[in-house]
Amino acid sequence: MTQTDIATWSGEIYQSLLRHRVRQVAYVPDAGHLHLIERCIESSEMVSVPLTTEEEGVALLAGAWLGGDRGVLLMQSSGVGNCLNMLALPRVCEMPLVMLVTMRGESGEFNPWQVPMGQNSEKLLAAAGVLTFPVNQSDRLEEVVDAAMRKAFEGPSAVAVLISQRILGVKKFGK
Amino acid sequence: MDSERSKHYPLYRREVVARLLRDRGDMLVVAGLGASAWDITAAGDDPLNFPLWGAMGGAVPMGLGLALSQPGRRVLVVTGDGEMLMGLGSLATVALQSPANLGIVVLDNEHYGETGMQSTHTAGNTDLAAMAIAAGFPVCDTVRDDAGLEATLPLVRNGKGPVFLNIKIRAETPPLVLPPKQGVVLKNRFRLALLGAEE
Repeated sequence: MTQTDIATWSGEIYQSLLRHRVRQVAYVPDAGHLHLIERCIESSEMVSVPLTTEEEGVALLAGAWLGGDRGVLLMQSSGVGNCLNMLALPRVCEMPLVMLVTMRGESGEFNPWQVPMGQNSEKLLAAAGVLTFPVNQSDRLEEVVDAAMRKAFEGPSAVAVLISQRILGVKKFGK
Repeated sequence: MDSERSKHYPLYRREVVARLLRDRGDMLVVAGLGASAWDITAAGDDPLNFPLWGAMGGAVPMGLGLALSQPGRRVLVVTGDGEMLMGLGSLATVALQSPANLGIVVLDNEHYGETGMQSTHTAGNTDLAAMAIAAGFPVCDTVRDDAGLEATLPLVRNGKGPVFLNIKIRAETPPLVLPPKQGVVLKNRFRLALLGAEE
């Protein structure tokens, strides 16, 4: 996966966010979301909200929905555990939540500290009532993100698209 | 840590919140879980109240999302010191967005009211208004008495925000006044009152 490939599918996801009238984009940065975050920051259609921890994004987007705005939360798998108690909010209130999660801790992961949350992200999200959509092919990403957003906003439901390291490439340390 | 001093503070939470919400107009109100949620309900339940029953640490970011989605409406977050302490990072998140229509009021009795009145960190040397200033809030204050409340109420109700007020209130346990607890009911009545019937 080259930087050009990542820029291509990031652009496709951005177009999908526009089609779904997403206005608030909350994020804790990840290298895999680099291009998408840049697109959203530059966008005049969206407000980008950097968070100090992922659970803020769950609450922020609940507030956005109360006020009539659609939103998405961009994060990496290590942030899934941070969200767990806050996920009661969209669940009990039946509000939409869209999480686009870049995976760490899969095969080829260099950093063992990423493995516990990476290996359990999907199970934890499912246990918290979030519908999960894992993707490991870049040419299917846009279609899956689109379907997940339809599910979320028309449900309404909490959904998470889990973007595999196979698509993102494995983070390399050093040169 | 001084767990006794707040038993003698002159301001009472129910009176403070009643004054905050008197003639509220079309203001949107989010309350943190526990006593703050009972307080806004005691002042008069309203479809444009969103009292949280959980999601501890989420009142301020929820208020931010609401304020960003409704820039033409005043949004007020009312929460307690314990709930605020769990989401301190969100003060930095708010300050970065700097929504002019957002006011945050912490009712600081220096105790966790719902769990047996254990002391919070503000019974020690922690100063929430100073933390909000350091996070980048342009307008912050600590209120300790009636004169201070009278002077700062217009700021949090109408001043250019984001505004952060830490109000030192007496540690006491007023009678429960519970809002509806079904999240779907709270959400639907709020969205209906604010946005009208969905298409």
